Parts: sequence; C-alpha cells; structure tokens
Amino acid sequence: MLYRENGQFKTSYAADQQIFPIAQDRWAILAIVAFAFVGVPLLVDEYLFRAILIPFLILALAALGVNILVGFCGQITLGAGAFMAVGAYAAYNFHIRIEDLPLLMSLLLGGLTSAVVGIFFGIPSLRVRGLYLAVATLAAQFFTDWVFLRVPWFTDNAASGSVSVSNLRIMGWQIDTPVSKYLFCLAFLTIFALLAKNMTRCAIGRQWMAIRDMDVAAEVIGIRPLFAKLSAFAVSSFFVGTAGALWGFIHLASWEPAAFSVDRSFQLLFMVIIGGLGSIMGSFFGAAFIVILPIALNQFLPALGGLFGVSISTAGVSHAELITFGALIIFFLIKEPHGIARLWSTGKEKLRLWPFPH
Amino acid sequence: MNRQFGEAILDLKNVSLVFGGVKALTDISFDVREHEIRAIIGPNGAGKSSMLNVINGVYRPQQGEIILRGRHFARMNPYKAAKAGISRTFQNIALFKGMSVIDNIMTGRNLKIGTNLLLQAIWWGPARREELAHRAKVEEVIDFLEIQHIRKTPVGRLPYGLQKRVDLGRALAMEPSILLLDEPMAGMNVEEKQDMCRFILDVNDQFGTTIVLIEHDMGVVMDISDRVVVLDYGRKIGDGTPDEVRADPEVISAYLGASH
Ligand SMILES: Nc1ncnc2c1ncn2[C@@H]1O[C@H](COP(=O)(O)OP(=O)(O)O)[C@@H](O)[C@H]1O
Ligand SMILES: [Mg+2]
Repeated sequence: MLYRENGQFKTSYAADQQIFPIAQDRWAILAIVAFAFVGVPLLVDEYLFRAILIPFLILALAALGVNILVGFCGQITLGAGAFMAVGAYAAYNFHIRIEDLPLLMSLLLGGLTSAVVGIFFGIPSLRVRGLYLAVATLAAQFFTDWVFLRVPWFTDNAASGSVSVSNLRIMGWQIDTPVSKYLFCLAFLTIFALLAKNMTRCAIGRQWMAIRDMDVAAEVIGIRPLFAKLSAFAVSSFFVGTAGALWGFIHLASWEPAAFSVDRSFQLLFMVIIGGLGSIMGSFFGAAFIVILPIALNQFLPALGGLFGVSISTAGVSHAELITFGALIIFFLIKEPHGIARLWSTGKEKLRLWPFPH
Repeated sequence: MNRQFGEAILDLKNVSLVFGGVKALTDISFDVREHEIRAIIGPNGAGKSSMLNVINGVYRPQQGEIILRGRHFARMNPYKAAKAGISRTFQNIALFKGMSVIDNIMTGRNLKIGTNLLLQAIWWGPARREELAHRAKVEEVIDFLEIQHIRKTPVGRLPYGLQKRVDLGRALAMEPSILLLDEPMAGMNVEEKQDMCRFILDVNDQFGTTIVLIEHDMGVVMDISDRVVVLDYGRKIGDGTPDEVRADPEVISAYLGASH
C-alpha cells in the first residue's frame, strides 16, 4: 500500500485533531509501541538493555522535558542536569524518609519537587532572555552541584553525596532484571510522551509557542507571559526531574552528584537541537542519536583504522566523538534548526507524493 | 449613508507619549463611538501606530487617560485590553511563524479557554470538548475570510497578503468589540485590497464591531470610514467626517508638506 491519505476524509474536527491524522502513521506507531513492549524483551540481550535501551528511554524522557522548554516555549536552559539531580535526590529523600511510600510516588514526588525548583529558577525568564537566561539556568546547575555535595541532610549524611537504593518493587513486582527495568522506563516514557503531545496540541501548547514566536503579539491576545513561561518551566522540570529520578533509581541504583553534572545539561540540549526543536518525535531521534553515536564510533572507528593499518586509541575515539557532535550541532543550527525530525517529515512529504513528484 | 452609532465606547483624553527625546504623541484627544469605523491617518512617523499601541496598552503614555465604556484606565496593559474586548492586527505582521494557520487563529481563543493544564495534558472530557468547540468557532472565521485552502499551512510559507488575512483572523477569533487595524492593506495589490475592504465592512456590519483603522490609501479611507482623525508630528490636526477632513486647509498643507 502506498503512503497516502487519499480517501481518508475527515468528517469531524475530532478526527482531524487526532495525534496522527494519517492512518498509516497511526498503525506504524501502534506497531512500534507494541513491538517495544512485547518484541524487544524477547529478542534483546542484557548488554543492549543496559548500555543502550534503558539510557535511551530515560534520556528521551529528559529530552522531552528540555524540548518543551527550549523547543516549544523558546526559553533556553543550561540547567537540565540540575533538574535531573533535584528529581533524583528528592525522590531518594522521599524514598528513605517516608516509610512504605510506594516507589511510583517517590519518583513522581521527585519530579514534582523538580517542578517547584524549576519554577523558581524560571523567574529570571520574566525579565531576561537569551544569554542572560542561559547564565541564570547555569546558576541552577552550580547551585545543585554544590548543595548535593555539601549539605549532608540531602544525601542522608553520605560522604561525597553518593547514595544508593535497592530492592525496588512496584505492587509486588521486583524491578531488578534489565528487562523489568526496561519495561518500567518504557511505560514511563510512553505515558509522558502522550501527556506532552496532548499539552502541545492544546491551548497550553499554543501559549508556549506563541510566546516563543512573538511575545508582544501573544500578550495582545491575552496570553500572560508569566503563566506561559513558568508553566513551561514547571512542566519541563517535572519531566526532567522524573527522568533524573529514574536515572538514579533504575539505571544507576547508586550515584553521586557528578552523574548530573553540567555535561549532562549540555548533552540534553544537544539532543533537542540535533533531534528537532519543537518536536516530540525529535526528542526521541536526538536521544537515540546521542546514545548510539559513541557506541557506534567505538565499534566503527577502530575497525576503520584497522583497514588502513592505523590503530585508534580509546582517547582517539572519544575525541572523534566530540568532534562529530560539534560538527553536527553547527550543521543543524545553520542548516536545519528543526533537526532530524524535520528531515524525517520532509522525507514523509516526498513519500506522500511518490512516485509522482508533481 | 444611513448609519446608526452608539455612545462613545472609547475616549482618549490628552494623551502624550515620549520616547527619549522624541515626542511621538502630544496631547491627543478623540473618541470612538460604538459600531463606527474610525480612521487614523497621517504621514509616516506621525504617531499613528503609537496611538494604537497606547489604546491597547503596549505603550504607556506619560500623560493622559483612556476611558473604555466609562471605565478609566490611567495604565492600560495588553492583558487588560484583551479582557476588555480589544483586539488588533499589526503593521509588521506579528504572526506566530512556527505555527499553522489554524493554530495561529486558535490562539485568538485563548481568553475563552476554561480548562486547566492537567485536563489538557490528559486530553480528557471537558478539555477535549472545549478544544473541538473552539475549533468549530475558528473554522467559522476561516470560512468568513475564505482561507480554507491554507488552514494547515505554516504561516511562514504564506505570501504577504494572506498573512495579513490570517493576522485579521486571529484578531477576529477573539470576538472583539473593538478591533484595531494597523495598515491592514499596506503592500497589497488592488484585488487584495478590495477583499480586505470587504472583510472590514462585513465585520463591522455583521458583528457590529467597532473598528479603528490606520490606512495610507486615501481612497480607501474616504470610502469606508465614518470619521477620521488626522495626525502630524504627533499632534492632532484634524478630526471629522471624510468630507470635512478633506476640506480642512491644515490637513491639505500637512499632506502637501509631507510629499516634498
Ligand atoms: N518603540 C519605540 N521606541 C522609540 N521610538 C519610537 C517607538 N515607536 C515609535 N517611535 C517613534 O515615534 C514616532 C511615531 O512613530 P509611529 O507611531 O510608528 O508612526 P506611524 O505609525 O504614524 O508611522 C516616530 O518618530 C518613531 O520613531
Ligand atoms: Mg505605523
């Protein structure tokens, strides 16, 4: 069957406002989600879960959060790592301090705490933008780095801020194998992605985009910048904080503040730039790209070197990684600010016309 | 013409606005009656756009006040103005470039949205119903402006004339009682101008919307407006029906002076 929307006439606005108005897209997405839940656990080995799939799911969730703020609302943040840290450490404190608090609650409360902190660090966005706002969010990064290293209460008096959790279970289901961790994170990501999609196609999403595209005009039609911007900071930090809690609890199980350093903040920002600003799908593309690229280079470069009789060291590979990222960021910022997601949709548009390009 | 106007719905009293050393507006007073089409004309830099910006609170005048339906506003702001039923278009189109035509016009419904963020996030019950009801309203605007064929197009890809029309659509979606139009026909060809004139007259006629219009094309102004304010270097030099204004010696000399 060709990729067409011919014959799929919309008879109501409800049909026209579906997430995927084209039937083929709908089926494809359903198939991918079903495969992710059922097929992948049967096919994939432990290494792949640990090294690629679980980090991908959690970072995609964080990238979604960053994209809401940067891509949809047009604010800038260099503090995403900080909000992951707040989510992780807040969830940890709820987990150890409140007895018998369900795991799910700890994680979500971690996200909520991060949302509150996000609103606080979002306040400067009401007065400044661009570079100045970037610096203000960077302050969040340094502040949390400091707090979790130096204030013992937050880490239950652990030396150098390193904490750990164990024996995680949800409704009697033990989350200890890579498969169970994978499924747990996948469920989170699926639900959060749906929430993000709904928000961005509703009134609140239009408020964010209006502020991003033309803030004076947005005010004139009655959008309050205060509410639009701070809600974007809150929702974004909620997503990022929840991702941080998952990163700590599920992926690492024991961690210290360095797990959420400024490097992480930059990594998340790169994900949304490469993946596609202002696109839900783009957040996935970006996360996949950044998780897979280093591993691919690790496999590929030494092999390539071998062909030419040169041996490439691990240090060489990690340099190559930085160079590739740098080049790609510059390429996307200049050539395609909407990232891989735009390349993807342009491709689909071509496919819709194929094989008759005119 | 036999047109009925109500009371003064909007009254500007002794408005003065200064930017640094530039006197954009000096002691301007005029009123706008309900249901009329009120034009503001004047040479470039006369302060026309500044006047609209004062009315809906984008600029804060140093002196003067705005009386809207009997309510006094010393400090107007865009949000209050929107709440009070004032909407507007911009001289340099200020559409939301990254959004489609539909979404741009949907933003005009913003003040009428009642559901909160959480309901919207789960796309549940009231949020979904509300979204669809507003969509139906927006489709009416789209039909009215005859832009059905571009409803899904990102506005950045549209030609200038259509962008102006979408800008009007967004303002109309607010169902305003007062509509401020800043040079809605600038840069258009004759046919597009005629369409735009027709839309303006229809809005005024069908919905009873009061319109304050800035326009350069004298023919258009004289044709469609009920009363005209003339500004020059930030001062009011004329006010009256098109015929009165056209015969005013001061207005004539300002226009002849400006063309040198
Ligand atoms: N935001 C602003 N900052 C500084 N000067 C301004 C601003 N807006 C308008 N002006 C000045 O006010 C005067 C009137 O401008 P404007 O209202 O745009 O005139 P018009 O719309 O009649 O062409 C001009 O001298 C212009 O330079
Ligand atoms: Mg102007």
